[in-house]
Amino acid sequence: MNENIERTIQFKWHDPKPSYDVIIIGGGGHGLATAYYLATRHGITNVAVLEKKYIGSGNSGRNTTIIRANYGIPEAVRFYQRSVELYAGLENETNRSITHKHKGLLWIAHSEAGIRAERARADVNTAFGAETVFVKPDEIKKICPQLDISGDGVWPIRGASYHPAGSSARHDKVVWTYAEGAIMRGVHIHQNTTVNGLTIEGDRIVGVETNQGKIATGCVVSAVGGHVTTLAAMAKLRLPIRTHPLQAFVTNCYEQKLGPIVASTDLLTYVSQTAKGEILMGAEIDRQPSYSYKSGHRFIQSTSRRAMALLPFIRDLRIMRQWTGVCDMSPDYSPIMGKTGIEGFYITTGWGTWGFKAIPVGGEQMAELIATEKTPELIAPFSLNRFAKDRTMADRGSAGTH
Amino acid sequence: MSIQITCPNCGKRSLEEFIYGEVLNVPDSITDIDERDLDRAFMHDNHEGPVKEQWFHSHGCRRWIKLHRDTRNDHIL
Repeated sequence: MNENIERTIQFKWHDPKPSYDVIIIGGGGHGLATAYYLATRHGITNVAVLEKKYIGSGNSGRNTTIIRANYGIPEAVRFYQRSVELYAGLENETNRSITHKHKGLLWIAHSEAGIRAERARADVNTAFGAETVFVKPDEIKKICPQLDISGDGVWPIRGASYHPAGSSARHDKVVWTYAEGAIMRGVHIHQNTTVNGLTIEGDRIVGVETNQGKIATGCVVSAVGGHVTTLAAMAKLRLPIRTHPLQAFVTNCYEQKLGPIVASTDLLTYVSQTAKGEILMGAEIDRQPSYSYKSGHRFIQSTSRRAMALLPFIRDLRIMRQWTGVCDMSPDYSPIMGKTGIEGFYITTGWGTWGFKAIPVGGEQMAELIATEKTPELIAPFSLNRFAKDRTMADRGSAGTH
Repeated sequence: MSIQITCPNCGKRSLEEFIYGEVLNVPDSITDIDERDLDRAFMHDNHEGPVKEQWFHSHGCRRWIKLHRDTRNDHIL
């Protein structure tokens, strides 16, 4: 971690104790938020977070920082709406800046089918507590004057759903804020700590084996991103997860303001402006499962071509950085949270391309599950056993992009 | 992603010409017939390391080819 950050934030590092009440594997947003909410909401502070590299080094440091709740099914809208609310209150609660900024989000439709999908999205969102309205091209032009309504003659903009709560935050600051909040209340965070095995007696988890030695515990939470299948295999658990790389890139500074976040399902791309003014673009996952962090030119070429059809000013910008994260994709594009069938072993995964926006609610709900040992209503539909019960949560609103 | 795949019929081609096909593997340790169905429908090995898989050369010879790939770095073995 950056030394300057370590000086300005009140982090304290400890040696691992021989046992903890709760061990959270994975020091990313979800793991640290779970530790934070365990400490603040439930007073459980004998907690360790184990991180293989440094905190926020995985997908928490590789995402495109978009926060929204305009999903396609009631269960998901309720869940992400809670996250939007928690994000909005996080700066006040912790007295730290996460550079949270409301931008609004336009989800553009280019066809009759697209218009139907976006109207349906607006209706489902409104019915379940997230504010989304369907807007026509003249209103779209007012919200985002840079958009080419003709879509370069190929992808005409016929309508959009507008989600005013769409916002963004600085991903590192979210990670550090939760880490600091947890450490201040007595949680231990162990960086450079790899988990090599899970100790299971009967159908109960009793400890974890790490490169720092064995640690005993009655409760393990897997908040691992990317390598969750490997971790679950240590408990002989098979998961409905395939890991795909997802790329993104930023341009140099665009000197004007791009107001809202712009997304399009037909074009499979989305564009937003970072706090520094860079234009951030992302698109769909790579098709083959892989753990490789390689990124390539072909992605930049195809994504920027599609983004330029919507926002012609992009053709004057230059690409500064490109990076890749590895996403745990569930078959129904919904997260998998809760109990695993092994007593004391909880899992939060399937965060695919929508993990960042769910960090606060994921942490809050997992903390409640651990503290009460009862699955909270908000995450009950996302349990691992939904696949066996034929209750998959196929969500069009999350499929495709971010 | 600039991986190249060597097709036995067409030679070295870009990955974009191919469609990925998973080889399903239900472990022998699962014996219950319903659980085998569940595993076949939803679960994945998602192995980190060398895997055997099949790819369809949709923009070439339109045949399935077998491939060994290391999922940690995308090297074709």
